Amino acid sequence: MFEGWDAVALARAQFAFTMSFHIVFPAFTIGLASYLAVLEALWLWSGREVFINLFNYWLKIFAVVFGMGVVSGIVMAYQFGTNWSAFSDKAGPVIGPLMAYEVLTAFFLEAGFLGVMLFGLKRVGHRLHFLATAMVAIGTLISAFWILSANSWMQTPAGYAFNAEGQFVAADWLKVIFNPSFPYRLVHMVLAAYLTTAMVVGAVGAFHLLRNQNLAGPRVMFSMAMWMATLVAPIQILAGDQHGLNTLEHQPVKIMAMEGHFESHKDGAPLILFGWPNESAGKVDYTVEVPKLGSLILKHSFDAPLAGLDTVPRENWPPVPITFWSFRIMAGMGFLILGLGLLSLLMRWRGKLYEFRLLHMFAVAMGPAGFVAVLAGWITTETGRQPFTVYGLLRTAESASPLAAPAVGSSLAAFIVVYFAVFATGAIYILRLMAQPPHQGEQGPERDVHARAAGITPTAGAVAAEGSAR
Amino acid sequence: MMTFDIATIWAFIIAFAVFVYVVMDGFDLGLGILFPLFPAKADRDVIMNSVAPVWDGNETWLVLGGGGMMAAFPLAYAVLMPALYTPVIAMLIGLIFRGVAFEFRARTTQRESNRWDIAFAGGSWLATVAQGITLGAILQGIHVEGRHYAGGWWDWLTPFSILTGLALVVGYALLGATWLVLKTEGELRNKAYGLSWSLLFAMLGSIGAVSIATPFLHIQYAQRWFAWPNVILTAPVPLAVAAVTLLLLRSLARKQDNQPFFLSLVLFALSYAGLGISMYPYIVPQSITIWQAASPANSQIFMLFGVAVLVPLILGYTAWAYWVFRGKVRAGSGYH
Repeated sequence: MFEGWDAVALARAQFAFTMSFHIVFPAFTIGLASYLAVLEALWLWSGREVFINLFNYWLKIFAVVFGMGVVSGIVMAYQFGTNWSAFSDKAGPVIGPLMAYEVLTAFFLEAGFLGVMLFGLKRVGHRLHFLATAMVAIGTLISAFWILSANSWMQTPAGYAFNAEGQFVAADWLKVIFNPSFPYRLVHMVLAAYLTTAMVVGAVGAFHLLRNQNLAGPRVMFSMAMWMATLVAPIQILAGDQHGLNTLEHQPVKIMAMEGHFESHKDGAPLILFGWPNESAGKVDYTVEVPKLGSLILKHSFDAPLAGLDTVPRENWPPVPITFWSFRIMAGMGFLILGLGLLSLLMRWRGKLYEFRLLHMFAVAMGPAGFVAVLAGWITTETGRQPFTVYGLLRTAESASPLAAPAVGSSLAAFIVVYFAVFATGAIYILRLMAQPPHQGEQGPERDVHARAAGITPTAGAVAAEGSAR
Repeated sequence: MMTFDIATIWAFIIAFAVFVYVVMDGFDLGLGILFPLFPAKADRDVIMNSVAPVWDGNETWLVLGGGGMMAAFPLAYAVLMPALYTPVIAMLIGLIFRGVAFEFRARTTQRESNRWDIAFAGGSWLATVAQGITLGAILQGIHVEGRHYAGGWWDWLTPFSILTGLALVVGYALLGATWLVLKTEGELRNKAYGLSWSLLFAMLGSIGAVSIATPFLHIQYAQRWFAWPNVILTAPVPLAVAAVTLLLLRSLARKQDNQPFFLSLVLFALSYAGLGISMYPYIVPQSITIWQAASPANSQIFMLFGVAVLVPLILGYTAWAYWVFRGKVRAGSGYH
């Protein structure tokens, strides 16, 4: 099987496939961990039962999502070596330490406190438990910091030199970590994670409001999620615009592909709304475009000249149709989320937030919008970096492992089968949990099994210890 | 002969991370290996719950081992991963099945739950065999040309790597059985005692078989262990194995619940030290030394600050998490 296939193309397909599955989980858990910390804080502060019910309700969902994120993440950590060994050898001295710091500062923090967060509320008391929840939430954010720093360095490498073996080495670690695109990407991604979670929480709340408008839990979660959409969607659009300007400065070819600018424009480039990029002809077919608006957005002037892909050698073009379309999907989702936020604000102002059924239906339909936007955004930025792994410096074709196509193809096939079987099942379990509204006295994920808190006690002491336990 | 330069320090750090992984995920993989021997749902719930709060942290050491190797010894990572392609992918797939089983089986009906029981056991077996094969494949040597792996994608499969694959199943199962002795009570604990006896003898047989086979792989291994004066330094290892075995037998005979698990860990540590003696100073045996594979000093130093501060912290809060969930795990609906 897979004889005669291109091993590099298969390796790229494998990375794209496993990454696309994986990113969904952290995008959700970054937002959900913070949401859980807020819910628990509100419960401790106000003592209102609805907050602990919501906390336990989302904690069960968090546990399932987090488990899937962990196992799909281990695959990513090893894939650099299995399929991209030449990249690992050359870029490992710079990228490796960033990922090692992610493990040391984030993964252990999350994993170390996760057990107490999931199962320990009755064992450690409220304050320590809240500390555990906060640590897990902080861990997810630290993780985002390091992995986005590593990714951004591949997009906009800085602070590096080469050694005699041809490896990248760090000349200045601060410049490596805070490379030019990193702050923009970090803000854009963390806001995306928050909005993704808000869309899911809002959809679940709306789903239950459609059935019963008087349930306390769904009302609170829907209101909180809609506040998030109302307030953060505009900030996210602004952050995205700034990220785009940063990309124009450091990766102009990616912008050309995103905008479908095959040709250079001396006095103002159009904004192509839709069309079909035709790479072989070097133009966009069936365009719907607004003259000069492209220059206005990117250069803040109607007549600013803008270079096109005709100034770039073909072997350095990214795949234009994918970059062009994924960008439009992402931006479209962003504006839909903004629309939902604004509509909810209007209804909130009119006092119909929990009654207006069309809003609830809209919110249910928008449940997956954040995931779609995150996936499309990552496809835009990663495809737009091609044909390089380290932008402008190391070509993708020179980064792959010296493996024959059958090896890479077989593992790709195995991952596809396993991922669909396992993660589709996980999605069904999560939807089942979401189909139930949060109840009064909602229980967390702890099982009906209790260890004695008395420590290591031989069997003979079992009865006595049972008496002395809480 | 042994210089404590930064590359050597990093070799010890990576070795430490892998060792912590082996013993910590070792016992929870061992529980999956033993799962088919405990068909009752009540027993299985107890077994799962004894590690549910900590398995994720255990597996994080695997990410540190892999990620740390990429950072500190990128050349070794770049050579080993393609060479061990199939067992590594198999391990990852095994870990997926067993990892999701923890939450999935708690979220399902009885019939679906059985399916995830199979996934937990099967995934644990697959991951363990794959890890053992990986170890054997590294020991038997890897074909390197320039800075690349130059062999085929089935080179790892030999009688020796199959032997190490099965040996690790036995070893992890012993850790799992003694963990159950520590964490359970009643019938379940008695059964775990019985298993610990058989698995201890199987483990000794495995250590013996691998120890006898290893010197035949390369003359360097034989010289490292048996040549004068090395033997002064290497002889204590098998002697210590014998001593720990006696202590372990005694604790099993006297039914001292909290001893067999920790003595089994010591047995693992000794076997691991033996592997280290065989391999040092190579990171890819007989072809790449730790100094050849080391990343530039500024990368290693940059990370060393983090390790020095964070690893003690990590060990601290990990120990706290184990402490919170200390004691015996019991079945049935308890007291709230």
